[in-house]
Parts: sequence; C-alpha cells; structure tokens
Amino acid sequence: MTSVRTIVYDGLWKNNQALVALLGLCPLMAVTATAINGLGLGIATMSALILTNAVVALIRNHLKTEVRIPMFVLIIASVVTVIELLMNAYLHELYRVLGIFVPLIVTNCTVIGRAEAFASKRSVHHSMLDGLFMGLGFTIVLLLLGAFREALGYGTIFRQAELMFGDAARHMVITLADDFDGFLLAILPPGAFMGLAVLIAVKKIIDKRILQGQRIIKVQNVQRVTGSNAPDIL
Amino acid sequence: MANPARSILHVGFLLAFSALAGTGVMAITHYHTKDRIEENKRQVLIRGLTSVLPNVTYDNDLIADHITVKGPDKTGANKSLSIYRARYKGEPAAAVVTTVAPDGYSGPIKILVGIQYNGVISGVRVVEHRETPGLGDAIEAERSDWVFSFDRRSRQNTSPSQWQVKKDGGVFDQFTGATITPRAVVRAVHNSLQYFEMHREELFAVMENAGTADNQQKQHAAVSVEKQAETIKQVK
Repeated sequence: MTSVRTIVYDGLWKNNQALVALLGLCPLMAVTATAINGLGLGIATMSALILTNAVVALIRNHLKTEVRIPMFVLIIASVVTVIELLMNAYLHELYRVLGIFVPLIVTNCTVIGRAEAFASKRSVHHSMLDGLFMGLGFTIVLLLLGAFREALGYGTIFRQAELMFGDAARHMVITLADDFDGFLLAILPPGAFMGLAVLIAVKKIIDKRILQGQRIIKVQNVQRVTGSNAPDIL
Repeated sequence: MANPARSILHVGFLLAFSALAGTGVMAITHYHTKDRIEENKRQVLIRGLTSVLPNVTYDNDLIADHITVKGPDKTGANKSLSIYRARYKGEPAAAVVTTVAPDGYSGPIKILVGIQYNGVISGVRVVEHRETPGLGDAIEAERSDWVFSFDRRSRQNTSPSQWQVKKDGGVFDQFTGATITPRAVVRAVHNSLQYFEMHREELFAVMENAGTADNQQKQHAAVSVEKQAETIKQVK
C-alpha cells in the first residue's frame, strides 16, 4: 500500500524528478535565470501534474493498454493549454517572460511519466497527492537553482517579483550586494548546467551522510544484540 | 471473430471521446479568457506606444489609427511594419514606427521609434530581443539609460556620419563587450527616421477609421490613453 508518507518522501527527495529522475531538464535550465521565473514555471508544472494525474486516475479503469499513451498525451495537452490560457489572461507579464516554456510543459517527461507510472494504477486521491509532491519537488529545485543563479548573476533574489505577485511585491527584492556587476556566467546557459550539477552533488552528499548515519545505528543495534563487534555483517 | 472488431470500436470511441472532452474544455476556457487576453495585449501595446511619445500631445486612439507599410528596404527587413499615428485635433502630431533591426548579435531586435511630425525623435524602446544578458541587454530602458540617447535627435542636429556608435565615428555609446547590438539598433533607428522623413506626407495622408470616427468614441479613446499614460507615470 502506498502511504502518504512515501508519496511525500518520493516526490520531494528520493525520486525527485529534477535531481534523481533528471526529467524536464530543458525548461528547468532555460528559465531559471531568476528565482521568480523558476517559481512561475514550477507552479505551472505542478498544476499540470496534479490535474493530469487526477484525470488519468479518474479514468484508469476505462484505459485500454494499446491507446493509453495517446490518451495521456491528449489529456496533458488539454490541461496544459487550459493552464496556458489562464496564465495568459491573469498573469500576462509572467507569461510573456516564460514565453514558449509554458506550452512546452506538454513535453515535460515528468508529466507523462507520473501518469504512466503512478496515476494509471492508483486512486484519484493518491494520484493528486503524488502530482502535488512531485510538482513541489520540481518547483523547489527550480526555485533553488533560480535563486542561486540570480544571486550570482544579478546580486539579488526575487527581482521582478511584481510579475507574479503584483506591484505590491516590488519590495520583496532582496539585494545582496549594491553596485554588483554580476557574475555573467551564472545567468547564461553554462551557469544552469553548473548550478544543477552543484544541486545534484549536494543531494548525493546528504544521501551519503544519511546512509552512513543509518549504518552506525545498525552497527550499534547489532552490537547490542550480539554483544560483539561484528563489522563483517555489513 | 466479433471480439477484435468490438475492441477496435471500443478503442476508437475511447480516443474520440477523449479528443472531444479535451477540445471541449479548451474551447470553454478559450471562450472565457479571450477578451482578457486581447485586452492584455492591447495594454502592452498601449504602454509601449505611450512610452515613446512622452512629450507629445495627441487625442486620437493610437491603436485604431495605424497603417501597415512595406518595410524600408535598407533595413533588410522586408516584412510589413505597422506605423501608429498620433494626431492632435486632426492635425498630425507624431508617429510610432515599429521596426526590426535584423542584424542583432543573436537575432532580430524589435524596436519602437516615436518620431514627432517635425522629424525629431521623441523616444525609442526595444520591445523584443535575444541579446546576451548582462552585455547586449543594456539596450533595454530598464537596464540602462542608453536608449534615451536617441531622444531629441533628428537628421538636422545629427549628420548621417554621426548616426553611428562612437567606435565608428558617431555619437552613440557602444557597450563594453558588445558593439554589434548598439550598432544594429542605431542603424535601424536611423533608417526609420529617414523613411519617416521621406514618406511623411503619405504616412499621415491615409486616414483610417480614426479621423472620421464618431466624436464620442474618439474622446473616450483619448481619455483612456491619457489614463493609461498617467498610471504609467505613477508606476515609474
């Protein structure tokens, strides 16, 4: 049985779509020159994931194996087009900045991947949760990478926040260094590759630490049970 | 034997139904958002147009009063370009020429050039480009003051040899590490100015719906444009 805990852990960490599955990297790298752009695309992708997962789970008993992929594509394309129209209408400035990458959510492999691997087999409730947390994990990576590159490239975080939150958000901009010329490489495409590499490396390091921690606990347990140092068990 | 046929039918219906449902949802959303999207596009255009006509008094609806001309051949852009005309009490006041610099560092640069009737530039804005961030994007008004160096320039006070970047002996600054971008913009602006002067009379001669339009509507349009200009000033 899939517990809510596993879904959350899988989506945010263990099977993070950007850092572990390495899916949807094209938009991830292209739009993360600033934190707000990353957040915007992340939320759009998350909405697409939740909605497509819900629809796919809803009709999962009527799916035919032979045509399930075309049906997924139809569903995803419809959902993304609806999101694109809504963004164009209500978040027009952000839509103009993100440009082609909103319609391109259709081709984000995360969306079809989750529909096939998860939503077509599980309940609507669990599928929506999976969409939420897979999307959230993706969004967090976009936001982190955007903030990292923006801080190096422009010396600010959350510039152009008004594109997303309206004029009241202009004061959200955090200026880290005045008169900062910017480390240009960070906001150019190579900066995206390097930034993503750093994020993946950090995740690996943390994973390793956790694993080591678990081993120590295991060894201690073994010692407690057998009363001996038994490293050969490992 | 009936089974495969039935299952093919089943699959066909399934696909048809999904297509129908998907298209239906899209159509409904499109129907409910299309006015707002049109309005958003209009606002963006109005904002662009008013920003290049800062000191020009006009009372017509710029968007309604535009003509499309075949682009000046010299720019190499043979696409048709829109020219928006500003009039005050029916008299020509200024025009906004939308032009494209085809020779930017990474692709074409879309530019709005506001020119007063006497041939003096009232404002220039770059509306779309793909120049290198941090180097070539200083042509944006938000990034640097460079684009304001066109203000009040004309063919009278700036000779053709001065319509160049400083490196080529002109009066316009180039950027550190990016000469191609400002060179392209300067050339495009100069070309539009030349085009405007050569065709000034014909550009304003063609009266489209704005001149003969019902007066009330005209005033309404003028008010909305003024309002728009005011809100932009406040934001700035």
